Amino acid sequence: MKTTTNIMIVGVGGQGTLLASRILGNVLVHEGHDVKVSEVHGMSQRGGSVVTYVKYGEKVYSPIIGEGEADIILAFEQLEAYRALPYLKRGGTIITATQCIDPMPVITGAAKYPDGLCDKIAAEANLISCDALALAKEAGTGKAANVVLIGILAKRTEIPYETWVEILKTTVPAKFLDVNLRAFEMGYNV
Amino acid sequence: MKQLMIGNAAVARGAYEAGVRVTASYPGTPSTEITEVMATYPAEDVYVEWAPNEKVACEVAIGASIGGARAMTCCKHVGLNVMADPIFTASYTGVGGGLVVCVADDPGMHSSQNEQDSRHYAAAAKIPMLEPSDSEECLSYTRFAFTLSEEYDTPVLLRLSTRVSHSQSLVETAEREDIVLKDYVKDPSKYVMMPANAKGRHVVVEKRTDALTAFAEVTELNRVTFNEKTVNGKKIGVITDGVADMYAHEALGDNVSYFKLGMIWPLPVERLKAFAAACDEVYVIEELDPVIENHCRALGIAVHGKECFTMLGEYTPAMIASAVLGEAPAEHAVIDAIPNRPPVMCAGCPHRGTFYVLKKLGLTVSGDIGCYTLGAVAPLASVDTTICMGASVSAALGMAKARGDDFAKKLVSVIGDSTFMHSGVTGLIDIVYNKGVNTVIILDNSITGMTGHQDNPTTGKTIRGEATKQVDLEALCHAVGIDWVKVADPFDVKTFEAVVKEACALDAPAVVIAQRPCALLKTVKYTGHCEISSDCRKCGMCMKLGCPAISKAEDGSIVIDENQCNGCGLCVGVCPFHAIKKIED
Repeated sequence: MKTTTNIMIVGVGGQGTLLASRILGNVLVHEGHDVKVSEVHGMSQRGGSVVTYVKYGEKVYSPIIGEGEADIILAFEQLEAYRALPYLKRGGTIITATQCIDPMPVITGAAKYPDGLCDKIAAEANLISCDALALAKEAGTGKAANVVLIGILAKRTEIPYETWVEILKTTVPAKFLDVNLRAFEMGYNV
Repeated sequence: MKQLMIGNAAVARGAYEAGVRVTASYPGTPSTEITEVMATYPAEDVYVEWAPNEKVACEVAIGASIGGARAMTCCKHVGLNVMADPIFTASYTGVGGGLVVCVADDPGMHSSQNEQDSRHYAAAAKIPMLEPSDSEECLSYTRFAFTLSEEYDTPVLLRLSTRVSHSQSLVETAEREDIVLKDYVKDPSKYVMMPANAKGRHVVVEKRTDALTAFAEVTELNRVTFNEKTVNGKKIGVITDGVADMYAHEALGDNVSYFKLGMIWPLPVERLKAFAAACDEVYVIEELDPVIENHCRALGIAVHGKECFTMLGEYTPAMIASAVLGEAPAEHAVIDAIPNRPPVMCAGCPHRGTFYVLKKLGLTVSGDIGCYTLGAVAPLASVDTTICMGASVSAALGMAKARGDDFAKKLVSVIGDSTFMHSGVTGLIDIVYNKGVNTVIILDNSITGMTGHQDNPTTGKTIRGEATKQVDLEALCHAVGIDWVKVADPFDVKTFEAVVKEACALDAPAVVIAQRPCALLKTVKYTGHCEISSDCRKCGMCMKLGCPAISKAEDGSIVIDENQCNGCGLCVGVCPFHAIKKIED
């Protein structure tokens, strides 16, 4: 029964994970898949950890992804990438931005931001890490880091490049389209 | 063409297609988007409003229904408690136009103060309840709910949960039905619920329940799927509802037979008995309380239920596969302990100034429901209690009456503008009427923040963005009898502190209106960012603000993250050495 492809998008509230999941969801619908996208709104969005589950295949039942079930994890922040690692299927891939954002326990001094997270992830998963923020700034705005990451993901799916571009055009507001297309291109070429 | 839609949007679409004419709600996660999406449909088709609270919203919907229109009200689980009073009697009056009450539970408490199971309300109020499992069912069940409501002359409850409300799945939309406004017919025996009439209506309600139970035996909302496979030589049957049905299908596939209950009150009797008789073992898979399980047990059906499954939080397919099939969970990496990332007040949040002062003054803080509940977590950590909407005001009066005026003078209530409109003002009237000396701080950030920026009676705009009369908080407080009302900016920390001290010292009740708009509002334009200069003595005073942009480097020096800082400037005023400078871009 478990024949769906499972992608988790993780980050920090406010990083633009919702737009990323919308682009991905629309691309998958366009490709004719059954799709479910699940995220939690409300309090957790206020700078907390945010998680979106995207599942697709011939028929998707459960909207959530359990531990050891994600084929790909797309992470917007290193600590969140590591936090999501238990959800990765053995042999799965983690794409992460190298950005680090201190959570409140680190800011207050109650905890330390862990070192060497990428090495720890690489020991358990196929890791693709990238300074998405820098690439997005190069494309025109740091706010497009989410689309850089979508570009990296896009290259690793069977979905044609043209589909992604077409969906970007219908999903992203027109005035931000050019910068987002550049950001996508940069991610695609990582 | 099918399109991706969150469950809430599909509910709105279903109601729209069913010809709903009036929708009134109060925002509450995870239900908010239903009413927001409804407001995207043409105003000439459907009147949509944010009401001051759920009780008012429900009564608006009831009135619209009596007036002959199809009407809907939507709320989160705890909002259903607020509207319980009208609902229980609307069950007796029945409806004119179809009336649907949509309630979204929050198993796992992603954004709630309790984990109540609203299915209990259906039996208690004797109102049929439908429960969809995905967006497609959200649309079709909502449409059908209006028909059911009119056919059986009853309000209909539609129960959602966070995963159904906020998961997107594919939906096929249709045209709006042309439902004519029914004639208004004066009928006191049906709509004036005084004892003589209500006695007659109670008879009607009981007969209706019998009829609905008979309907439960035949409706396609309750769906049986038999599979021939066996597990360890036994034919297994599972009874499910809501998103648990999706989890069960993913976990168990065609290894078991299914009885999916789309109508969870009243529950069928004969069909459940027949299903159980056709299986060797039956599991009831339902999140939260054993509602279906208890029904089965009362019928003498032997089932596995909460001895296999928890009453806490959300379920997962893996949990179900383990309990029913004995399957081990998928192998996965194990990680080291890492710092968690709780939600925080945003950079530039006006509440930060308020709680910084309350913490500094060491006051007892009676808290409420909203973003400012985050004033309970470190480093601001000043909120003492959070119970329900409005309780900050009334519970503080109770504390003051229990412990005396001296205690009251070191106690404040904090309540947002929207929450004050919802149910804070009644508590304030109680303080005045019963001679309390409490201080209430209204956190007026010009919006309903936590649920994602909804207008309310204090913002001067309707849900459709039209200008409207704005409730004047100062005048309202004066009108209920508060003589001492002051408006202060929580970012002007020194003045704000002095105002709070003055209010607390009074031998009379006082209201401080902490006025500064939410930093995420489009009308708020902070510019530039703050920077630490060489004058910094690393005293850590700014760290007490709990701003996500300010952190301490390993060498003890303070760093402001330019990407996170929005230049609100609160820290500039807090630094005793004037070492923080605002830099304009």
